[in-house]
Amino acid sequence: MTIGAKNLTKGARELIAFRIGDQEFCVNIMIVREIRGWTKATPMPHSPHYMMGVINLRGAVLPIIDLSLRLGMKPAEPNPRHVIIVVQIGEKIVGLLVDAVSDILSITDDNIQPIPEVSAEFVRAFARGIIAVEGRMICLLELDALVQGNESEAA
Amino acid sequence: MDMNEIKEIFFQECEEQLAELESGLLKMNDGDRDPETVNAVFRAVHSIKGGAGAFGLDDLVAFAHVFETTLDCVRSNKLDPGPEVLKTMLKSADVLADLTAASRDGGTVDPSRTSVLVKELEALANGQVPAPTAEVPTPVAPPAPKPVAAAPKPVAAAPTDESGFQPIPFSFDDFGGEEAEAPAMEIPLCDVVFKPRPELYSKGNEATLLLRDLSRIGEMSIYCDMDALPPLDQMDPEGAYFFWKISIRTEKGEEGVRSVFEFAEWDCDLEVKVHEVATEGEEDEELPMQPVPFDLSALDDIEEDHDHHEDHADHHEEVAAAIEAAKVATSVISMAATTQQAAPAAQAAVAKPAAAAAAGNAESSGSGGANPTIRVDLDRVDRLINLVGELVINQAMLSQSVIANETSGATTINTGLEELQQLTREIQDSVMAIRAQPVKPVFQRMSRIVREVADMVGKSVRLVTEGENTEVDKTVIDKLAEPLTHMIRNAVDHGLEMPEKRAALGKNPEGTVKLSAKHRSGRIVIELSDDGAGINREKVRQKAIDNDLITSETNLSDEEIDNLIFHPGFSTADKITDVSGRGVGMDVVKRSIQALGGRINISSRPGQGSTFTMSLPLTLAVLDGMVVTVAGQTLVVPLTAIVETLQPEASAIHSFGASQRLISIRDSFCPLVDVGRILNFRSMQANPTDGVALLVESESGGQRALMVDAIQGQRQVVIKSLEANYTHVPGIAAATILGDGRVALILDVDAVVAASRGQALGGDGALAAAS
Repeated sequence: MTIGAKNLTKGARELIAFRIGDQEFCVNIMIVREIRGWTKATPMPHSPHYMMGVINLRGAVLPIIDLSLRLGMKPAEPNPRHVIIVVQIGEKIVGLLVDAVSDILSITDDNIQPIPEVSAEFVRAFARGIIAVEGRMICLLELDALVQGNESEAA
Repeated sequence: MDMNEIKEIFFQECEEQLAELESGLLKMNDGDRDPETVNAVFRAVHSIKGGAGAFGLDDLVAFAHVFETTLDCVRSNKLDPGPEVLKTMLKSADVLADLTAASRDGGTVDPSRTSVLVKELEALANGQVPAPTAEVPTPVAPPAPKPVAAAPKPVAAAPTDESGFQPIPFSFDDFGGEEAEAPAMEIPLCDVVFKPRPELYSKGNEATLLLRDLSRIGEMSIYCDMDALPPLDQMDPEGAYFFWKISIRTEKGEEGVRSVFEFAEWDCDLEVKVHEVATEGEEDEELPMQPVPFDLSALDDIEEDHDHHEDHADHHEEVAAAIEAAKVATSVISMAATTQQAAPAAQAAVAKPAAAAAAGNAESSGSGGANPTIRVDLDRVDRLINLVGELVINQAMLSQSVIANETSGATTINTGLEELQQLTREIQDSVMAIRAQPVKPVFQRMSRIVREVADMVGKSVRLVTEGENTEVDKTVIDKLAEPLTHMIRNAVDHGLEMPEKRAALGKNPEGTVKLSAKHRSGRIVIELSDDGAGINREKVRQKAIDNDLITSETNLSDEEIDNLIFHPGFSTADKITDVSGRGVGMDVVKRSIQALGGRINISSRPGQGSTFTMSLPLTLAVLDGMVVTVAGQTLVVPLTAIVETLQPEASAIHSFGASQRLISIRDSFCPLVDVGRILNFRSMQANPTDGVALLVESESGGQRALMVDAIQGQRQVVIKSLEANYTHVPGIAAATILGDGRVALILDVDAVVAASRGQALGGDGALAAAS
């Protein structure tokens, strides 16, 4: 009851923050299904360059996206310390390869600052805001375009 | 449960009844005169009529009623079920099926078809029988008067069993039924002996309700005979020990009495004797002593008059419990039977044909020995299959990691793992067997197709089916109907000669089409053969030349010519008929069989007929694959596509144009396709002599040699969808998960071949190499 009321009044939300290289990003915790360690993916033919392949997630075939590459940064060189964030986007479940999960944030909408105008492609596609936490800058991502992007590029 | 659900169940049952009806009629057509078969047929139509009545499906009721009337004449031996009669009946069964389908899915059935058959049926019923309208059956001529002496003599004669229980006659006057009129002089008196068999109870019928219904048609007295009741410890809870003697005065006569027991008639012994006209005096005597409501609780009342209080209470409870137990037991048995059936069926696929044949025999022996079954939602089964698939993968992963970390003294773990492996495999087999269904429904549909086509083209054809209890995955069955229909039409239309021609050739004017199914080495083999003219090779060859499929010089073996009919756009029928021959023919059949992971072959002997042999996988959830390595990746190639594997010699490889290479296999040349290159796993073509070539046959009939780096082995793999979380990948059919827990991709051989054709020179040199 109190939690609901709090959410309602302040627009509070919980986010998972993760690190790629020296940058930090975050996504809504509600879309995250699980976080697991890196396992080698089976590469797929004729797939976009950021598609690392597929892994076995308890019997389901899960595509893994190199989020660093997807956001236009340099390709990841996965090692066992990397993690896969399993997210549900629409009907589909995909895994995002990131360097590490750094934090769980609880913030309100008024903590989110608008994005300054830059020319980077990923900003238009995924970035929805910037959050300042203890002197760090964390970029809020919305991943709906991730799956649609898959389809249009693979088609 | 709302009305629609109930209706849905009714239609499901209708389908079963229709299948029963058709198989019964076909048995009769083969000369079966067993009254039980006739009864089964009658029962099927009757049940459909009954159900349809409850839902107000008037068309269905009206037709079923006429059909039933005619069948009743057969049942009472007033009409001999000769071939002509059965022909009409089989047609009526088809119409009944159509009417049922129309009632379910909407739509209508051509009323002229129905009315023609109604007339035929009525003619049959009337032709040889005086006036058998079902409404007012004429009672059988009454026997010599034999008055009340036969009426049960109650208490005095009543036996006393060990518990001291005494049967008491009771009347039904004071409940439910209409107040019985004082019987007029002309109302006949019937003596009825109603002796239920245990099946009556196990089918959920209640003697109480039947007797109550009986009480509604007249005034009666009843006596329950409990002589057969054994002592408690010897009592079979599912047994039936009581029988009832009833004298009833009813205007409806014997027929009326029998109609009360209509649904139970097969599960009880029923004797009905009609006395002529009773006199007042007799009647008084025969009227029962004390009316007692008939209800199981009534036994309690009776008991109060009794000294043997406790014993009897036990007794009563035992009876009630027995009835309850009988009901519960039925459902338990049906489940047990299903599981029992599933496990061994899966374990010994090879032994199954024999068992299936045995089951077939048991069934044809008449007494309706169908196995009890339960209906389960298909989704639930599929979910179970998925879970078991994961279990298998998990078990394999566990084994591998134990082996990897093996320390000395871990033998108990290993033994445990081996047992686990065996168990998981058994579970997987059993679960797969749940989805397995006998091919019978499809085969039965074919008999209708044969009838219709034979009628249309004016031929006389008999369909012989064999091994219809052979089981295969439901999806396979569903997808089998279409190609089979096509082939059956072809067989009847093109394969068989006209009756006159057959007679001239010294053959039986009636052609025979044989459809058989059996299990062979983990696959189901379906054979369709006819005893017609066989393939006219000259004609096929000429047609192929006309259509530029081959040149006149091409030298083809008989078998190769026969297989030309599978080529797209090939039809040898001189004229295009309604039945077959629109140019979409056997190539479509071949494609749908291949889509199921199957193969089809034809063998033909001129003048003696042709045989199509289809071999299909038993399930679509798993696949037999060859696990290969390509550019460091593990791929699975469906085994059905692979014709042979070979290690190419340098001398067999020939460059062809800029980038093409051909491999010579026994003097024919076949394009070499580097799988790694097609899938973009590497940028340069690999050296063919370093790898292995898989000779594959694609849907379009062309052969290609697929180059892979190495063969890891053969394995059964569980098919996983790639589309669920990703999208379709060109060249890849699906994915699977290997024992090490990693995903491996299953190659789409046809797509790879098609892609290679894009690079190839385009000419269809494939046909010469085909088959």
